[in-house]
Order: sequence, then structure tokens, then C-alpha cells
Amino acid sequence: MTESNVALVAHLMRRAGFGATRSQLEEYVDKGYHATVDELLHPVDPQRMPDEMIRRYHAEQSGMMGQNSPGAYWLYRMISTTAPLHEKIALFWHSVFATGYTKITQGKVLIDQIRMFRRYGLGSFRELLVELSKDPAMIIWLDNQDNHNGSINENYGRELLELFSMGVGNYTEQDVKECARSFTGWTIANTEYMELRARRDSIWPYGRIAWHFEYREEDHDDGEKTFLGETGRFNGEDIIDIICRQPATARFISRHLYHFFVADEPPVPQWPYTPPRDPAAIETLSRVYFDSSYSISAMLEALFKSEWFQSKETWFEKVKSPAELVASVLRLTGEFERPRREILDTAMHIVYMGQHLINPPSVEGWHQGVEWIDTGTLVERVNFASKHLGNLDAPGVRAIVERIKSQLGPMISPERLVDGCLDQMGAISVSPESRNVLIQFASEQGDLTVDGPDANGHVDRRVTDTMQVIAATHEFQRA
Amino acid sequence: MSLANGNRALVVIQLSGGNDGLNTVIPYNNELYYDQRPSVHIEQGQVLRLDDELGLSPALGPIKRLWDQDKVAVINGIGYPNPNRSHFRSMDVWHTAETDKVGSEGWLGRAIRDLDPKADNVLTGVNFGRGLPRALACKDVPVASVANVETYGLLPDIQDERAKALALKAFSMMYGGADGKDAVAQFLSQTGMNALKGADILRTAPAKYSSTVEYASTPIADSLKNIAQVICADLGTRVYYAQHGSFDTHAAELDSHAKLWKDVSDAIGDFTDDLREHDREDDVVILVFSEFGRRIMDNGSGTDHGSGSAAFVIGGPVQGGMYGEYPSLKPADQLEGDLHFSTDFRSAYSTILEQWFGLDAVPIVNGTFEQLDFIRR
Repeated sequence: MTESNVALVAHLMRRAGFGATRSQLEEYVDKGYHATVDELLHPVDPQRMPDEMIRRYHAEQSGMMGQNSPGAYWLYRMISTTAPLHEKIALFWHSVFATGYTKITQGKVLIDQIRMFRRYGLGSFRELLVELSKDPAMIIWLDNQDNHNGSINENYGRELLELFSMGVGNYTEQDVKECARSFTGWTIANTEYMELRARRDSIWPYGRIAWHFEYREEDHDDGEKTFLGETGRFNGEDIIDIICRQPATARFISRHLYHFFVADEPPVPQWPYTPPRDPAAIETLSRVYFDSSYSISAMLEALFKSEWFQSKETWFEKVKSPAELVASVLRLTGEFERPRREILDTAMHIVYMGQHLINPPSVEGWHQGVEWIDTGTLVERVNFASKHLGNLDAPGVRAIVERIKSQLGPMISPERLVDGCLDQMGAISVSPESRNVLIQFASEQGDLTVDGPDANGHVDRRVTDTMQVIAATHEFQRA
Repeated sequence: MSLANGNRALVVIQLSGGNDGLNTVIPYNNELYYDQRPSVHIEQGQVLRLDDELGLSPALGPIKRLWDQDKVAVINGIGYPNPNRSHFRSMDVWHTAETDKVGSEGWLGRAIRDLDPKADNVLTGVNFGRGLPRALACKDVPVASVANVETYGLLPDIQDERAKALALKAFSMMYGGADGKDAVAQFLSQTGMNALKGADILRTAPAKYSSTVEYASTPIADSLKNIAQVICADLGTRVYYAQHGSFDTHAAELDSHAKLWKDVSDAIGDFTDDLREHDREDDVVILVFSEFGRRIMDNGSGTDHGSGSAAFVIGGPVQGGMYGEYPSLKPADQLEGDLHFSTDFRSAYSTILEQWFGLDAVPIVNGTFEQLDFIRR
């Protein structure tokens, strides 16, 4: 096992998951990089904290109605799963197909949508778009229940083309109308009942029950349509077939995957005017898209196994999203091995950092990259990470401290203390400048001697002080 | 006072959850009020009378005192067209001044941008609370979010004081100096230094402050005391934000509503006393709002989500009085059992933006709205 292998797998796990502990990294290195990618994409018998256990501790996570319980539930999954890419891909599609609580005001259907992303998000893009078009939260979010035969509502038809598949500039206003016509009759089943409930229930004006997709043949416009140059009596699935065949769709989805997994691109509205960072990478991914019949996992396999992904040039190129930052800290500290009430407050920190899961700011989702960072959110990020990494009661922190003491002691120089902490926190690579500052910080109190009893916890505290300053580095804010 | 006065500040107090306007500004001579509120009403004899028709809930004593000094503008029937009875959507409307689509920029974020276009002061906007309300969100506008000004700062969880000082020094070395860094690192560095600077400046505020006013020990009083400290420290902050709640009184309203308002109104009373003591009363306008009012008919113990409510603008610079028409309670005039709004909330925003801050309100509130003359000239 070489250290460069460990660092490379650490990069993979920051991107395809939520980071990993040093011992987990060693297991992945033993398997090998390609085998690790394959396992991430096709996990066998994945484990996680079971729903029934979560519900036993959290009454609010049974109904999942409110705006915050779905985020806390999702956080449990992000930190406990052995198949982290499933959660990552759900986060990815949630940021592309952004659907928000402000309009839905019902957490249940939103967490159902996230479950759909988990289930279909690594499969065929065609199938995913079909599921998306039938998703009750999406139908309400973009008003498709108001899209009727003879009286179209263009909202879903437009965003399907603009935000969910091709991007602006690849279709006409007429295509938008024809697309909307094709999705008439795609609605939710129980609207009348929900309206009745709404009048009687002002806490949950859109009802307390899950919604269901319904196709109403009598409300579907079965007439002839011309969409992207093709003519026929198209229904929604035909439109999705045509969309999936477009090179623009291949490029758009490839760029999204690159943006999320490789390196931050500018915000999506600028894409028509700004070329991709790496056009060759987008071409490669687009080719795989067609060769694999629109398979997202095939595209990701090509992505993770590419030279441009593995290149050191892309390490720490991305700014961690708040969900990634919080989940990666908690996976290190291991403090939620069992459900605890504190998950609610902990999940709120993702909100304080600017990412309210299941409630993105608009249909465009969150702008990523440096837009995660402002003075308020940076303070929240640094303080959250340093607080949790300084908690010696957390089993993961305790384990890191003990490993450093036993492996590096009895005399630990400031250099070895800093390098040891960086390594144990997930093989973090920092710039020479950051490393110098960290060593200077550690030097202020000289070498660390760990033989003999540590009566006042002084030794442990010096290790966690160093970890807390590492949590404040640029590199820790990035992935 | 001139519009160029850089001391002019706005304090926004958000009453989260939907304040029952009918039990806040009470039409105590209107039988329809008592008819439709058989259980959840304020007795006529308890009402703090403002005029022959309207009066305040007895929990608003300090605000009544300010009314008597002609420093309270009551804005009746405030709301917006096609009201949404979801807390989240309606709060979003108030925050972004967008009624028809989901907006992403906050009205106060835009105001801060226009007050300090080059972002010279990292503290032009300060939010007291965790997480930025969308009202304050605007690209490239730095806004500090402060839970408590006395403990605000970076790395508060490093326990040893010496280690913490060294850690902050390390932070400033890692984030200072943007030379040779990539664009992301430069941005991180700039932001990190702004955060450090903001925290360092803010932390000086409590030490500079002394006051004979003793605030109650409630979260809203803590926030308003922090705001007084920052105002008195002359840090150039123009927009302050605080919130209190939850006003979502579906059940047991009379007790909880009274407690909520007592907390808010006592805090406002102490805050204005404090400002007067420091000769800053004429520099500060307070806006108190909620995302919606509540159903006219009570539900036996509380009230459900409604529309059209009351807002207050309070302070030395305010021309006290009634603004906007009080909505009709007649069944035929109701909107599905709720009050119709009479005054668009963007009228109040526009007035504050133009008459208090001297800004062009149109691009901030997305349109032109009739102004209310509640700022003294």
C-alpha cells in the first residue's frame, strides 16, 4: 500500500461519498481503485441505519410532514450507509431536479422523490425522466396538474427541456408548447380530496397524505405534435425518447455530472455562453451516454476511472456542499451510531450553512462552488467542523487520538503531529503554505510526549486542537 | 436629519408563524369581531384603546406607551394579492417581494447592496439568529449572522484560551494573503478575512456599551439588546434582523399569544428606552411584520391560517397613526373566511426604502407601490 494510493482513494471517497476514515481507506486500497469504483456503483447488500430504528427514536420521522425532519432523516442515511454513492447521486439529482418545500409544504412527498432518485438515479436517464414526470412532488412543483387538454400550462414542459435535459438554446418556444401538450393528463390522483382536506386543514394545506400519480386519458391531448422536428401523436414518454436522443441532452447531463463530481463549473445559466472547463471530458461522457443507452452508472464509471478525474489537478478543486461537509465530519466522528435527538439540531447546521435539503431556493437548485461561501456560512462551516472534531467523547475522535498516540508516540514532533492528524482525518492533502501554518501552530507548545499517564487530558487536547485548526483550513472546506 | 445620514438604521422584527392581527389590533367596537370570535377574543374592557374603533391587546403595553408618544404607525390590512396560507411560501413572498414566482434575492439583501455598493463594510447588514433569512440573501452581499454578539466569532469551541488565540492567528495566516492562489482560494481567503474582521469588530461592541436599561431574559430581548450594543458601537450597520415565534396559534391562543406579544413588546419598549438613553432614538426605525394573519372565525381554542394582518413601524422618526384601511369583517366581504388585504406590504417596504434610506425602491421591491407617509419629514 503506497501513500499515493491512499490519497487517491481518499479523493474518490470525498467525491463518490462523504469521505472515509483512515481504516476504511485502507480497506478500499486493499481492494484496489477500480474494484472500489465498481463496488460504489454496484454495492452488494448495502447496510445502513434501518428506518424502523430511526422511527423508534424520532416520532417526527414517521410522518415526515415538516420541513426539517426529512433533512435529519437523510443525514442519518448519508452518515450510516455503506453505499454512499446512492446518497450522493440522490443529492446530485436533487440539485438538478430541485423541488422545494416552500411550494409543496409537505415533506413526505419530497422524501419520496429523494427515494426515487436513489432507486433510479444510477440507472437509465430515460427511465429517470419518466419517473420524474410521474413524481407527485414534481407535478405540483411545476403545476402539471394544471396542464390540461386544450388549456396547457407550460411550466413542466419548459423546465423539462431547459433545466432537466437539454439547456436553453436547443429548442423553440413551439417545442415547449408541444412538450407541454404531450404531458397533459399526467397529474395526481386525489386532487379533489386534497382540496377538500385543504379547506379543513390549515396546517398542511396540501393534505397529510401521500400523493399518487395518475394518468387521465380523457384529459390528455392526443392530437398530432411536432417536437424537435419529429411529428406524431406523442405522449410524454415519446417526448422523453426524443429528448434522450439529442446530443444536447448528452452534453448537458455530462456537464452536470462533471460539475458535481469533478470540478465546479459556473452556474448553469452561464453554460450556453461559457465553454466547459474540459471539453474532451464532456465528449467522453457524452459518448458513453449514447454507447450505454443513457446509463448514468456507465457514465460515472467512465468518469471515476478517467485520468482527468484521478489527476491531482482535480483534488480539492470543489467546494464541499453543506450536506457533504456535515456528513463527512459526522462520518469521521462516528457520534451517531445510534439515533439521538441531537440529529435534529445537527441537521439544522446544514441549513445554517445555506443548504436547506428538500427546500432549494428555486427551480434552479443551489448555485454551487464558491457560492456556498459567504461570511456567515464560512463561520458556520469552520465552527461546526471544529466543534465536532474537538469532541473527545465522540468515538471516531477518540479513535483518531488513540491511533496517533500509539502509532507516533512517545515523542511526537509538531511536523509528525500535523501530518498524523491530516492522515487520520482521511488522508487530507494540504498546500505547503497551509502545512507550514499548521506546524507553526503545533510548534507553539513544542514536542508532544505521550508516555506516562495523561492525567489532565493535556495530550489528547493538543491532538484535538490540531484537528480543530485543520478543520479551519481551506482544504477542509473543499473536496 | 438628512437622507445621507449614515446612521440611519432599520431593525426588522419578524413574527414567525402568522400573527393573529385581529387579536393584536382589535376592532373592539365591532360586534362582528365578537360574533366570529366566540372563544378567542380580547374583552372590550381589556383593550388598550388607540381610537374609537381600534385598540391593542393588553400584552402590547409598551407599544401603547410609544403610540401615546406618536411613535407608532399601525399598518392595517397589510398583505398581498392571492394570499398563500402556507407559512413557508408566504414568508418567502415577504422576504423576496415576489408574489407570483419563487424569488431568490431578498429585499433587504438588495437594500444592503444599494446602501453599500462596494461592500466596504462587512457589517452593513447583521442578522441576529442562525442561518440567513432569505430577506437578507443577495449575491456578493456580506451579511453577518450572529447568534449572540458576546460569543460570536470563529473557533469558539477551542476551549483553552491560549490555544484559541493561536488557532485564530493560524486562521488569519491561512486566509490572509491571496497571492499565488487559485480563484477559489482567493475567494475563500477574502471571505475568511471578512468573517474574522466582522467578528473582531462585533466583539468590541459589548465592551463599549453600558446602559441603565435592564432587558428581560427572552430571546427577542437578547437580540434587541445585541442590536442596541451594535448601534451604540457605531459600526456602520444599517440593517438589523431578528425574529420571534412561533405565532402559529392553532390552539390555546389566548395564553400563548399574550406571552409572545409580551416578550416582543417589552423588548421593543426596553430597546427604544435604551436608544433614547444613548441619544440614538432618531436614528432607528423598527418594522414588525408577520407572514400572514389568521382566520376570522376561531376554532374554539385557537385560529387557523388566514390573510391580511397588521404590521407596525415604530421609532423616533416615525409619524404615529393609523395607516391603511382596517379590513371589513362582514361575511360578504371576506376572502374564504379571511380578511382581504387593503395595503400591499411592498408599500411599506417602498416607504422605508425611499423615505428612510433614500434608495430607489422600484428595483428592490419589483415595482411601484403607493407610499405611506409614516416617516416624519
